[in-house]
Amino acid sequence: MLEITNLTKIFSPGTVNEKLALNKVNLSLKKGDFVTIIGSNGAGKSTLMNCIAGVHGADGGKILLDGQDITRLPEHRRAKKIGRVFQDPLKGTAFDMTIEENLSIAYNKIRSRGFQPGISKKDRELFREKLRLLDMGLEDRMKEKARLLSGGQRQALTLFMAVIARPKLLLLDEHTAALDPSAAKKVLELTDLFAGEDGMCTLMITHNMKAALEHGNRTILMRDGQVVMDITGAERDAMTVEKLIEKFEIDNDRMLL
Amino acid sequence: MITVGALIGSVELGMIYAILALGVFLSFRTLNTPDLTVDGSIVTGAAASAMLCTLGVHPVLALVAAFIGGACAGAVTALLNTKLKIQALLAGILVMLGVYSINLRIMGNKANLPLMKSETLYTKAEELFPSQWAKLLVGAIVLVVVIAIFFFFLKTRMGFALRATGDNEEMVRAAGISSDNMKLLGLSVSNGFVGLAGGLLAQYQGYCDIGMGVGMVVIGLASVIIGEVIFGTSNLLRRLIAVALGAIVYRLILAVALNLGMQATDMKLVSAVIVVIALSMGVLGESFSARKKKRGAKNA
Repeated sequence: MLEITNLTKIFSPGTVNEKLALNKVNLSLKKGDFVTIIGSNGAGKSTLMNCIAGVHGADGGKILLDGQDITRLPEHRRAKKIGRVFQDPLKGTAFDMTIEENLSIAYNKIRSRGFQPGISKKDRELFREKLRLLDMGLEDRMKEKARLLSGGQRQALTLFMAVIARPKLLLLDEHTAALDPSAAKKVLELTDLFAGEDGMCTLMITHNMKAALEHGNRTILMRDGQVVMDITGAERDAMTVEKLIEKFEIDNDRMLL
Repeated sequence: MITVGALIGSVELGMIYAILALGVFLSFRTLNTPDLTVDGSIVTGAAASAMLCTLGVHPVLALVAAFIGGACAGAVTALLNTKLKIQALLAGILVMLGVYSINLRIMGNKANLPLMKSETLYTKAEELFPSQWAKLLVGAIVLVVVIAIFFFFLKTRMGFALRATGDNEEMVRAAGISSDNMKLLGLSVSNGFVGLAGGLLAQYQGYCDIGMGVGMVVIGLASVIIGEVIFGTSNLLRRLIAVALGAIVYRLILAVALNLGMQATDMKLVSAVIVVIALSMGVLGESFSARKKKRGAKNA
């Protein structure tokens, strides 16, 4: 489904600040894979995600998604097959638009955006029905502005918006890091709920090693722009946070939380 | 203190400025970019409209040309901003400056183009409907049509994409929308309506002057802010009507001030001060309430 070969990214090439952020990364995801990504700050996790999403152009290598070479495609064109949730809950929604208007923008990702009415009656029914899945009472607040939502509600809504157009790939960049523990738990539950749908692949960056091992079916560890560990199945089941720390001498306090 | 004639005149003029205010609303509020192209594009619209009227073209067609002229100016600003990465404010200033020469050329290299003998939308209306309300009617019809277009457009899928671009560009790109294209669309349409306002203004006052654009963006901003403060922003339709009414209120304030003996030339200073006060409301309000709290604590 997602095929990354020799992906390389260099920031500020030719200057004293030159940084090799991604060093020939290879990663291959099968249909329905849910991969958690861990690694200390500056390991290249977010860069990897931004290169896949098209925020940064790649300096080398190739990205295939669903059989299509997307390496040189502009960000908004790739977005048709990719859903994204950012760390900052403010980044996921248009704050001055209502919940249903936000949903409509996400829902029409793969449809033409012309002079059709922004929301039809049918859309509204569908949104209401689907919002019920979130179990946050948002289905009764569809005409409220997104800025009135709490961080957890926004992040749940953003997650929902990311999957509503049935993308092939879901990118989650520490999407629960800014939330309080109960909201984070809720959003992670929803992540599990959506991740398996229609064979969609999911990549989730997290600083929480426990969550990384508990969610998904595969975990990779990045360091210095490379994938240095890639575990699935029995090996992953046997893995514990303590062993991870021991194995990779991870000295980042934040990762222990 | 003010004659009925002057009152009607202010409202007539206000309805034209309301179209300008709605154009400014689109860039300033919807796209969240202060667009200085307006000072140039309004003259482009006025010049195109005036020139075509003197050539005997139908005044409605002249207004279509005014819209297109303004939209072209806005498109250039958007392209400078998105493709060449020039800051929006600077891009607007550059286009405003460059367009001055183009406007002069449209006007046949004359700084003033009178429309004394030409047919305009207003003279046609007075022929058709001879009363003192004819001009008012023209303005009202055009304004209602423009508000309706704004309302329906901003409620379409494309309109949603445009509004979201002003709110959150990252989210918009993640939703598969080119934020660059939306800015191009938004600034073009915004300046198109500004051009239309200019075209109508030229036909109303019976001339086009190369200097008439100075400070128009500030008048537009002042109208938007006055309208929103007085008439509210609770939903889209109300907000659009509020902006339009803001422009009319602005003209009425001007009429009263002139009546009280203020010089017409001082109005630009007053406009600037209104916008400064309105924009600083947030900051001033905060420090005011902070001081109040402090004093309250001292007294307690």
